[in-house]
Amino acid sequence: MNSSESKLLDRRQFLKLSTGSTAALVLGFCWPLSGKDSVSGEDGIFVPNAYLEIHANNTVTVIMPRSEMGQKIYTALPQIVAEELEADWSKIKVLQGDLNQVYGSQTTGGSASVRTQYDRLREAGATAKAMLIQAAAITLNVPVSECHAESGYVHHLSKDRKLNYGSLVALANTLPVPKNVTLKDPKAFRIIGKDHKSLDGGGKVDGSIKFGYDFELPEMLTAVVARIPKYGGSIDTFDATEALKVPGVTKIAPISAGVAVLAENSWAALQGRKKLVVKWNDGSHAKINSKKISEDLHVALEQEGTIIRSDGDADKALETASRQIDLTFEVPYLDHAPQEPNNCTAHIHNGICEIWVPTQSPGAAWWAAKSVTQFDDENIKVHTLRMGGAFGRKLQSDYVRDAVEVAQLTKLPVKVIRTRTEDLKNGFYRPSSVHQVKVGLDRNKKPISWIHKLSGPQDGWAPIITGGADELAYDIANQKVSCVMTAQPIPIGAWRSVAHTQNAFVHESMIDEVARKTGRDPLVFRRELLKNRPRHLGVLNLVEKHSKWGKPLKDTRARGLAVHYSFNSYVAIVIEISEAKKGINVERVTAAIDCGTVINPDGVRAQVEGGVVMGLTAALYGEITIDRGEVKQTNFHNYRLLKMDKMPEINIHIVESTEPPTGVGEPPVPPTPPALINAIAALTGKRILRLPLKSQLA
Amino acid sequence: MTLFTFTLNGKKQTVDAAPETPLLWVLRDTLKLTGTKYSCGQGLCGSCTVHVDGKPRKSCNLPISKVAGKTVLTIEGLGERGLHPVQKAWIEDEVAQCGYCQPGQIMTAVALLDKNTHPTDSDIEAAMKGVLCRCGTYQRIKKAIHTAAEEA
Repeated sequence: MNSSESKLLDRRQFLKLSTGSTAALVLGFCWPLSGKDSVSGEDGIFVPNAYLEIHANNTVTVIMPRSEMGQKIYTALPQIVAEELEADWSKIKVLQGDLNQVYGSQTTGGSASVRTQYDRLREAGATAKAMLIQAAAITLNVPVSECHAESGYVHHLSKDRKLNYGSLVALANTLPVPKNVTLKDPKAFRIIGKDHKSLDGGGKVDGSIKFGYDFELPEMLTAVVARIPKYGGSIDTFDATEALKVPGVTKIAPISAGVAVLAENSWAALQGRKKLVVKWNDGSHAKINSKKISEDLHVALEQEGTIIRSDGDADKALETASRQIDLTFEVPYLDHAPQEPNNCTAHIHNGICEIWVPTQSPGAAWWAAKSVTQFDDENIKVHTLRMGGAFGRKLQSDYVRDAVEVAQLTKLPVKVIRTRTEDLKNGFYRPSSVHQVKVGLDRNKKPISWIHKLSGPQDGWAPIITGGADELAYDIANQKVSCVMTAQPIPIGAWRSVAHTQNAFVHESMIDEVARKTGRDPLVFRRELLKNRPRHLGVLNLVEKHSKWGKPLKDTRARGLAVHYSFNSYVAIVIEISEAKKGINVERVTAAIDCGTVINPDGVRAQVEGGVVMGLTAALYGEITIDRGEVKQTNFHNYRLLKMDKMPEINIHIVESTEPPTGVGEPPVPPTPPALINAIAALTGKRILRLPLKSQLA
Repeated sequence: MTLFTFTLNGKKQTVDAAPETPLLWVLRDTLKLTGTKYSCGQGLCGSCTVHVDGKPRKSCNLPISKVAGKTVLTIEGLGERGLHPVQKAWIEDEVAQCGYCQPGQIMTAVALLDKNTHPTDSDIEAAMKGVLCRCGTYQRIKKAIHTAAEEA
């Protein structure tokens, strides 16, 4: 933990967190302590970073600094704490932490929860364990060195003497926090690395788990917003006469994003929306369409780009090359389409703005509420709710802004829900981009020059387009990567694996094409160019073995390969496809991942399965298109997701590693589309340059 | 508004609602049974699946007027007297990721097993293809249905 985070510690914030845990011993860290060095100092409580409550009834509550959206950190993060605490796993409970500066960044994204929280959660557990052991030693009047902790008890050498953690709470509360603690040798791990079942799995099968969409407060209203349909548009006039006749509709009023319909229940709000008549002004982008955006991106490639990687002299090397291979790739906008559409509940009361929101970024939600209300900081309260999927979409806070603006229209709490259509049409999309790649080969068919120029829409954060483009792993001496950004009115945002989705497609399609054009096996060719990249080789070797790469297939079948590094992890994918009446069938996916130390192997497998499905969906169907200034896709019939009947068999292999843990949620996505496209090239000889595949083979 | 009576999770239930109100919103808003989820609102994704007279139905486009006199089972009612084998299998095979679509998946799977105690992979695909999962849990859903079939 760095000092800038430590100095944010504030006792009052922490006391708020621990409300209701009167019999709890709250433990934390001992980083710069500002004069306080005990759990129960003169003010009765020690205020460090706080991830743990140990209760007199032996329950151990792990407080989650990040949000749950299906990536299973509600299980993985507690495993880390419980390991060092020597906790009884059956006594572990999870509590979502609200927005609180004691945790530092609470944004859940970048496949970062485990890898960034690993060390501090281990220390949290180890510190607590040390204090419990000390409390037990005092109680038993024995030296600390004669005690050890195991499964929720402190044991003394004499076998019949042991004390459970709950019995030690009061005394441990009075003890100084050790400045240094010893972490376990990973070889002794008994919780980390095991397939523990999800702590919240039961609630997901009986309907009891509440998502944001299920949140409810007494007297709460429900609202929907008729959002301005065209980019740059505005409200001209609206007629609420018929809408207000719908029983249950209580109010209709404009907000900045459109016209809000407030009602006593969801159906009334939806019916009111249907009866609402709004005349929209077209605005500045009413004629924009996907064709025009694509043309803009192609034209942009003629401009000088900003150099983002330059090794050697790629232009000169290309001039001297014996052979040059050029391809231009294009990918579309994509929506996240989590199963739970965006929603947010807000209540403005007594000068306080309180919001309850399924979000990946409670901090961004807080800022949205702040910017709308201009209330004092302490009067804005954010409660993080469980997400029904997010994939990057719930990093945004447009829906929070809607809810806070709607809450300003009523004294009652109000839940603002989006329909699927409003959700799809008001996305922050994975950007569309165009990529021109030139590869030069020497006389021995070795690549000596790689020139990649990409163009995409601008949002002020270049990595949303360039991420991964500057990290080509292959050993090519001369490389030039440059980027041109163009202004487009379509909102863009991070979509599971961000720019790696497009750049992995480009890298892995191109390198595969070079292998093919020069008559080399795509796996052998990659291996030659990765000989100094042991962890890339590790996943390649694993996927080679398990996919039976190289073993002949029937003429109607073929395999494709891709390997990619992102979020500090390495993933290789082999996809086997077969000919179908129209196009292809995806038969089998073999994946290998190296994500360092694995906290929960089954959780890793689940994320790889999900990432592969998301990658396949994008490659086969995924496309948001714009026509006359608005998004055309309106629901799952025209924004298709992979269904059960198209689901391939997926086999997953995890590299055994003692390296620190790295990302898992996103890394399986990027190599999936190119592995599929490379299989199509192997089967048909046709190089797909533009995603999605849709009917390109028909 | 009109009174409609139906059997919900084994008990008689009367609600006062506009006849065209979808069962989904009666369950969620009127009866506070939020286990049944809204996701597409047009019968395209299956997250809202419940049983009506033992058959899987998408509740988001099923008017309450058509439910009168019928028997409805929701995810909350499924395991009321102990978890159903499908629910147990879902936990055992660690199916859920975010969990949002899973009530619809489970209700659809239960309906399949009610009429076909040992479905093949293709039976499962045919029965389940109308229920979308953005997290991509299909492989585990298939496995869990087989698990439930073996253990039932």
